[in-house]
Amino acid sequence: MKADLQKADPRGVLTGVHFMDGDHACCEGALAAGSRFAAGYPITPSTEVVERFAQRVPTVGGTFIQMEDELAASITLQGAVWGGAKAFTVTSGPGFSLMMEHIGYAAMTETPCVFVDVQRGGPSTGLPTLPAQADMMQAKWGSHGDYEIIALCPNSPQECFDLTIKAFNLAEEYRVPVMFMMDEVVGHMTEKVVIPPADQIEVVPRKHTHKSVEDYLPYGTNGDLVPEMAHAGEGYNFHVTGLTHDERGYPNMTLPTQDKLVRRLQNKILQAVDRIAMFEEEQIEGADVVVVSYGITSRVAQRAIEAARKKGLRVGKLRLITAWPFPEKKIRELAAQVKAFVVPELNLGQMVREVERSAAGQAKTFAVSHAGGGVHNPEDILKVIVEASR
Amino acid sequence: MTDCLNTDLLNNEIPDPGANPVEQFLRSDRIPHIWCPGCGIGTTVNSFARALIESKIDLGSLALVSGIGCTGRVAGYVKLDSFHTTHGRAIPFATGLKLANPKLNVVVYSGDGDLSAIGGNHLIHAARRNIDLKVICVNNLIYAMTGGQTAPTTPDHSTTSTNPYGVFEPSFNLPHLVEAAGAVYVARWTTFHVRQLSRSISEAFKKKGFSFIEVISPCPTLYQRRNKMGDGLDAMKYYKEKSKVRNGAPTSEVGMTMTGEIVVGKFVDRERPDYLTLMKSQYTESLGDRFVEQPEMVCS
Repeated sequence: MKADLQKADPRGVLTGVHFMDGDHACCEGALAAGSRFAAGYPITPSTEVVERFAQRVPTVGGTFIQMEDELAASITLQGAVWGGAKAFTVTSGPGFSLMMEHIGYAAMTETPCVFVDVQRGGPSTGLPTLPAQADMMQAKWGSHGDYEIIALCPNSPQECFDLTIKAFNLAEEYRVPVMFMMDEVVGHMTEKVVIPPADQIEVVPRKHTHKSVEDYLPYGTNGDLVPEMAHAGEGYNFHVTGLTHDERGYPNMTLPTQDKLVRRLQNKILQAVDRIAMFEEEQIEGADVVVVSYGITSRVAQRAIEAARKKGLRVGKLRLITAWPFPEKKIRELAAQVKAFVVPELNLGQMVREVERSAAGQAKTFAVSHAGGGVHNPEDILKVIVEASR
Repeated sequence: MTDCLNTDLLNNEIPDPGANPVEQFLRSDRIPHIWCPGCGIGTTVNSFARALIESKIDLGSLALVSGIGCTGRVAGYVKLDSFHTTHGRAIPFATGLKLANPKLNVVVYSGDGDLSAIGGNHLIHAARRNIDLKVICVNNLIYAMTGGQTAPTTPDHSTTSTNPYGVFEPSFNLPHLVEAAGAVYVARWTTFHVRQLSRSISEAFKKKGFSFIEVISPCPTLYQRRNKMGDGLDAMKYYKEKSKVRNGAPTSEVGMTMTGEIVVGKFVDRERPDYLTLMKSQYTESLGDRFVEQPEMVCS
């Protein structure tokens, strides 16, 4: 299942050392990954991504279109994918809510694409200019029905660049919508971003079929769980539908077809969890408490972790880079070794549920919740680490 | 019927003169279709297929996009690259397809509820942008797939499952709407006007820009039965008797009523630069040599 890698097209790669915010770095990551199509609708705090794309893409050969709403943006990009483009859209909470139906459509039709969500405070209009991490469950469960997606959480402008490329690569490898879960602070934080030369950037090409028109089955998997793709205008005369479909892509609303399709859509991701899961570990060995965090909160937590170590506590760090599929095996292994997990996040308790579920009672789980609008005071995290260490 | 079609298509290539000329465009392995006896959607597909023959359009470059509903199922029956998308979103999907590969001829084939209610915003904005799409809107005056609920097109005083005491909302005049929004080609026919419909579709293929063809089509199962308007044949008689061809009619005057005259014809045929032409000229003007035209996007 390992995809063939290519080198990035140098025309889209702004090689050099930059001082750049996370939103702009995300845009450069998309261009480096080979994306030449974005459809968007303005929404704070994400708009800078597409503003930069709109400025850059006519000079590298591609298209940006500002659509009439997020419903349109999130399906226009999928039309572009079937026309041969690598495509993405960018939004924040209220727009992300409107895009849910098309995340389901992308999952069902196996349309490789990237949805960037620069998270802000909610619910509803909430805090347009201030951070949160409260769309994490929505990213996984927001569309109806059973399906799997991949979600990544950058914690710096550099990662906004690096992981956007990764997001496109994973989308192509597994033919799945990938959620790029930024937050307002990471989006608007300006830091050093190093963009390497194009020949050092690996890009996963489209899993395009080499079969003849006669032999091609649009959703035939041939043992592999990810089918090969064709584009409109190539003579394959294929059919794509959001209805339950068979290997020909034809609607077939029978129980066996539903069972086979929906389980395959799940399994192609769940059976690859170990390959998809990315995390950063620090001083896990011998730790009593492990702080599990992601995005901007991981950087705030770092300070609390260091303060706790100065107090003589044995604290490890596990930073989730992949949030979905959730690395439950990793948590389960750690749960057998540690007393407790501490999970700070800018919401009232979302990923902590996954940690608790995966720990399955082997270790205690402490949430450090925050309603959003700012970041944690490291003191608040420290207090919980101290409590959890007892 | 076959004879009549063959006569009509005398100078065109038909692979097997004995066969139904439309069959080559259909996924015959998906027949029988789901449409009810007397439904007009199949008739429109027949006219569409004939337009493909008449216009000699390159089938390899043709893609068809549908939304959800009875007409949304057209995408599943035509032997083309075809997309059955989400409810109301056929137009924005088609927009992405066209912009990513401008060589494609993209047809949107969907119903009145899909295109003008849930998808109404996309309809007006695609017309405003003048995206080069050919939209065929089969208007059966009702939500049929879901059991006969009121649509934005349901005529005043008719009865539906959600207006059991009669519809009192004013209905949309779709040709007027899309003309105002900027469409370059606007026509309306009924399923009685199979030849005229074919010709209109062929004409639309020659236009560069947003083209809209409305086809008034019977729904005997839900609209007509509930309103005591008879079956499919009665609908044909009504269309025959009450349709009036008025090419060039002001679209403000072509609104429909429940039992009144149906104005049909080609209402709008004008030139306006399409989205991609405008985009290219704007970038050329602003960026000069820095503008890089989009190469073929096929990233295989």
